Amino acid sequence: MLSSSGFNYAKRPTMKDARPDPDVLLQQIHAQDVKTQRGKLKIFFGSSAGVGKTYDMLTAAHQAKAQGLDVLVGIVETHGRQETQALLAGLDILPLKTIHYRDQVLYEFDLDSALARKPTILLVDELAHSNAPTSRHPKRWQDVEELIQAGINVYTTLNVQHLASLNDVINQITGVAVRETLPDWFFDQADAIVLVDITADELLTRLQEGKVYLPSQAQKAVKHFFRKGNLIALRELALRRTADRVDADMRDYRKQAAITPIWNTADQLLVGVGNSSNNERLIRHAARLATSLHTQWYVVYVETPNRQAKTVNQQWVLDALRLAEELGAKTDVISASSIAEGLTTYAHQFNIGHVVLGQHQIKFAGIRPSIAELISQQDTKLDLILVNQTHERNKKIQGNNNSSISLQKKPFIDRLASQAINSKHNQVGYLVAIIGCTIVTVIGLSLLTWFDSANVLMLYLLMIVFVSVRFGRIPGVIATLISVSCFDYFFVQPTMSFSVSDVQYLVTFAVMLIVSLLINNLAVGLRFQAFVARRREQQAIIISHLAQQLSVARKNEHIVTEAQRWLRNHIANDVVILMPSTLPEPLSEQALLSDSIKSTGRRGQLQTLVDSNIPPEFDWAIAQWVFDHNQNAGFGTHTLVANAMHYRPLSVSGQVFGIVALMPNMPNSFHLPENQRLLDMAVSQIALALERIHLAKTAQLAVIKAEGERLRGTLLSALSHDIRTPVTVLSALASNLMQHYNSQTPDAITKNLVQDIQQQAQNIQQLVVNILDYASLQSGGLTLKPQWISLEELIGGIIYPMEELFKTHPLTINIDPQVQFIFTDELILARVLTNLLTNAINYTPIETPIFIEATLEPVANNTIQNQHSLTIRVTDQGSGIKAGMETKIFERFTRGDNESTTTGLGLGLALSRELVQNLGGTLTAQNIAPHGAQFTIRLPWTAAQPDLTGLLAEPMLATQPDF
Amino acid sequence: MATVLIIEDEPHIARFIKSALEQQAGFQVFVADSCQRGLIDTASRRPDLVILDLGLPDGDGQTVITEIRTWTAMPIIVLSARSDEQEKIKALNQGADDYLIKPFGMGELLARVNAQLRRWQGQTETSSLIHLDDVCIDLATRQVTKNSQPIHLTPIEYRLLTTLLRYPEKVLTHQQLLTEVWGKGHREQEHYVRIFMSNLRQKIETNPARPKFLLTEIGVGYRLHLPNQ
Repeated sequence: MLSSSGFNYAKRPTMKDARPDPDVLLQQIHAQDVKTQRGKLKIFFGSSAGVGKTYDMLTAAHQAKAQGLDVLVGIVETHGRQETQALLAGLDILPLKTIHYRDQVLYEFDLDSALARKPTILLVDELAHSNAPTSRHPKRWQDVEELIQAGINVYTTLNVQHLASLNDVINQITGVAVRETLPDWFFDQADAIVLVDITADELLTRLQEGKVYLPSQAQKAVKHFFRKGNLIALRELALRRTADRVDADMRDYRKQAAITPIWNTADQLLVGVGNSSNNERLIRHAARLATSLHTQWYVVYVETPNRQAKTVNQQWVLDALRLAEELGAKTDVISASSIAEGLTTYAHQFNIGHVVLGQHQIKFAGIRPSIAELISQQDTKLDLILVNQTHERNKKIQGNNNSSISLQKKPFIDRLASQAINSKHNQVGYLVAIIGCTIVTVIGLSLLTWFDSANVLMLYLLMIVFVSVRFGRIPGVIATLISVSCFDYFFVQPTMSFSVSDVQYLVTFAVMLIVSLLINNLAVGLRFQAFVARRREQQAIIISHLAQQLSVARKNEHIVTEAQRWLRNHIANDVVILMPSTLPEPLSEQALLSDSIKSTGRRGQLQTLVDSNIPPEFDWAIAQWVFDHNQNAGFGTHTLVANAMHYRPLSVSGQVFGIVALMPNMPNSFHLPENQRLLDMAVSQIALALERIHLAKTAQLAVIKAEGERLRGTLLSALSHDIRTPVTVLSALASNLMQHYNSQTPDAITKNLVQDIQQQAQNIQQLVVNILDYASLQSGGLTLKPQWISLEELIGGIIYPMEELFKTHPLTINIDPQVQFIFTDELILARVLTNLLTNAINYTPIETPIFIEATLEPVANNTIQNQHSLTIRVTDQGSGIKAGMETKIFERFTRGDNESTTTGLGLGLALSRELVQNLGGTLTAQNIAPHGAQFTIRLPWTAAQPDLTGLLAEPMLATQPDF
Repeated sequence: MATVLIIEDEPHIARFIKSALEQQAGFQVFVADSCQRGLIDTASRRPDLVILDLGLPDGDGQTVITEIRTWTAMPIIVLSARSDEQEKIKALNQGADDYLIKPFGMGELLARVNAQLRRWQGQTETSSLIHLDDVCIDLATRQVTKNSQPIHLTPIEYRLLTTLLRYPEKVLTHQQLLTEVWGKGHREQEHYVRIFMSNLRQKIETNPARPKFLLTEIGVGYRLHLPNQ
């Protein structure tokens, strides 16, 4: 663990000082947003088995339960310990899921039941546990992640040796390889870490007492593990890790509270990995460094002309990159002419301040500069951290998910490289080398009489250059060797023998060899550059091809067809693209009415838009999961890895338009960053195209909606004017006719007919008024204008024009003086009261009384003392409301009695209720004894009274009393 | 014989009002179907009363009111839709005297027209003694009695009452009353009027909850109704 220059916390001159980076702040806000919906994760963290994590967790669970929270035990492994077992009593326990796998019966935590049950707190023991092979996630922590995302709080336990970044250290200390690991980022994002700690001696005592669970099959190994030295070391690691975590919390707090402005993004780390087997130590060290620095880190492999030729070691590079990803790094494979150049360019690009490199055993010290030296030459501002990288034994701690990326005999880069120098090509090269040598020898021999042997040498050299440039390094070397041999045999004295008389020819041979190798290297470098450029161009071309095809598509079906064809051609053998069935379609009523199209996009069954054969490996459940969670799944991911297909959501800025499932045509190289990038680009292109269609539809919908609004407006104004006018005329004519008959002596029948015409005209008029009011209410056209009004005056004003009607229905008014003045919108309240009174008159027999009563009443079931509501009751003594219709009468177009001959339409009450609700109150109906209906308006009441200051002190009032 | 001008573009309504006024009340009635014609007819025919529809094809009825008010105080009755309180208030503030909500009945129309004409024609004969059933208001001595018992009014109440008495049967908006009684500085305090009206009713009306003289036009203002003697 060396550091060439130590850490430099001073800010880089290129950075702007002490200014909170808006991106970082946004990230924090976003993180807070996400966290508020997420459940909380509490980890009971210990140094080894037997410290009492499960015990503490259960104790905490009991405390939570005592507080009245819904606690559920998802899975707890008591290992037969009595105290722990006893603690389980009194807690709800989720039954385990039975899994049949290869004639075995396994019991696993039941994720789906837990999600369905949705407790407040769920206990899930052993966070680092690996699930049975057919489970949704290979690891239990992934289950926990899904639970947290579903808003469930999780209590869990973890031992320090399961932390991925400490894995190798613990392996070194204890000599026991731990297979089950937890990524550090998951540990770091836990909301609370509780360290469960006992001393090593205590633990050993407990072990001797048999209180620590030891699996019988590994008794010996585990006993070896529980040595005092080991336990102390593990305890130290656990304590230190917790301390780091507390430190990080502190730093987070400081960042939020901005106690001191520390904004040091230049602390980011860049790790350059080599193509040897010993990258693991380098990466783990860098991971620990990044965690302790609390910073982002990148791991890159630089492909150079030199390196790409060595195709054998690619597997190590891939392993290293995967490990880095698991530990939370961003990984990349970049191409550059030299490692140093690649790393410096990358560091500049991402504003990285530290470069971490592995320090190999110095082999040819002094002959050529090390990468570190080259980097420091290129950029003096970059800090270098060198990690000692002596050759370890090529051990591998293989995680379970390695199964998804099976043994790779021929990775992608490898394959591409061999395209450049493929073996067939090489065979031709050898042949050309041999033939070339033969021809040159023959020409040389035939021309020897005129030529000096030195010129023959030139001919050989020409041929070697040709072979090198055309066929690469090995044919070039072969050609050199054959040339040297032939020259020696045929042209150097003594001829026809390999013996050399003149020592200077050895120099000739050596020079020839060196020249050919040099030319070779140059040629290979050039060819590599050309190859890389060509490959990039090809990728750009195929992506632009896709973009072009998608840009002309006008329907989702076209996009899906084009996308499937493209993916089949370039990435996959089988492709399925699914979209939800209820993405809003233009002109559908539902879409017209729904304001939020986004929400409808989430619903609905996934379905194929075009006829495509669905491969047997395809799993609808996974597809739905991917769609719902907006996450990748299946082959090459961390979720449901057993499925042979790779599933991706087609999403743009959080909105999922569909999913794509594909069967990679090159499964071995599928997860390479390069391939993933190509797929990323393709998927985002497809999603963008789908979004474009969707937006076009949305715009179309908006136009339709606006058109609908316009139509409605036209209709309403037609109603208000074109119907109202004839109705006015009709009712006026009827009253005119009435007047006419009054002056003469009409027969009773004619008089009744005229009366009916008048009544009907009035009803139509009332209906039109109600419909208009209701429509304006529905479109939000109601603006309240509350003011201080006198309730008595309002009721008086309502009654005056209706006095004629009250001649048949005696009215009693009773207003509590306390509610003389109320603060409300008088027109709306007047509308409601008019409606209620009209109803009372229309629906009760003649000569039955009507009562209006206004009082102040305490609010029922309120929590605040002395809270009152203004209650206005309109009571009649008619037949009352039919049983069970008390709430139905407030629905649109419902009348109390369907068979009733009394005219009217049930819009009045619906309108009244809406109006009262707009005033912040309620309108209810009930029957009263012995018979009759009572409508109750309850309005919010404040004890405040109208402001009269300035009213009496007005100078104009200072005039002497007039009388 | 009184002359009435109807400014209304809807021929059916115009015809109905015309026939009603001619047959029932024996008025002479003219009809104009636009603002333009209405203003010309008002000036040339010199009617005693104008019935004006606010929604006219060639312009806003409000401008007609303003125009007419520049040279005469003759009664103007406005025809309007029920829900347009603001429109009504605007028209009244411009100088209209009363309004009728469509649809209106024959009797209502005649009553309003007669009330306005009475006010307009009786304007000259000022009596200092006004009777509201059993309430007697003596403008000369500033005394108000009910059943011969004196009623004590505060200065504001009295001013409010006399303002209403000055324009019997005319709808006065809250704004107009505020300006007349309190002065121009109090246009925002509509509740002053409501509170004093309430007090005034308690003192004058026999049943304040169902007033006969001091009438409320909900959302618009007040009207003093004179009983038919």
